[in-house]
Amino acid sequence: MNITEVGLGIATFFLAVALLLALYRLIKGPSLADRVIALDLISMILAGKILVYIVLTGEPIYLDAIVVLAVIAFFGTVAFARYLEKGVSK
Amino acid sequence: MLIAALGVVRFPDVYTRMHAASKSVSLGLVLMLIALILFFGTPMILLKAIAGIFFVFLTIPVASHMIGRAAYLRKVSLYEKTVVDQMAEQYKNFIQDKNE
Repeated sequence: MNITEVGLGIATFFLAVALLLALYRLIKGPSLADRVIALDLISMILAGKILVYIVLTGEPIYLDAIVVLAVIAFFGTVAFARYLEKGVSK
Repeated sequence: MLIAALGVVRFPDVYTRMHAASKSVSLGLVLMLIALILFFGTPMILLKAIAGIFFVFLTIPVASHMIGRAAYLRKVSLYEKTVVDQMAEQYKNFIQDKNE
């Protein structure tokens, strides 16, 4: 039981609680913008969980996945924002 | 990031929720990437993690800005104790045009 394992356990617990709270906001959110914010937050929390997994397994190959996940979440959020702003074109 | 999720649940309207989500999430991700650099310490990891930090700092503010602007133009209601609304004058004509 060294300090790295303790830190990883604490980080995993915090990220799991954060994921549950973001899921609550995603389901309950009063407006559509709230749900988009919650989706963005969930993708970033998943990036954090991938980071914990990298340290846990010692395989740094998944670091590429984090960069790609950040960029894809950005594009998804921008697309949702354009849709909120303009509405569906008829 | 737990603080970010707590803020997203507890804050009263869209804009304050976005404030909680964007800033503390970017801080949390960047700190975790720095910890990863220190844990492995090879040049390849350093380059990839710096690319990750760059993308996080590039994309999260832009995304929250666009969400906030879209929510304001859709007239999502502000919290009733809001003190100042600086965008009201600037976007008044635009919102009226959109609603016609």
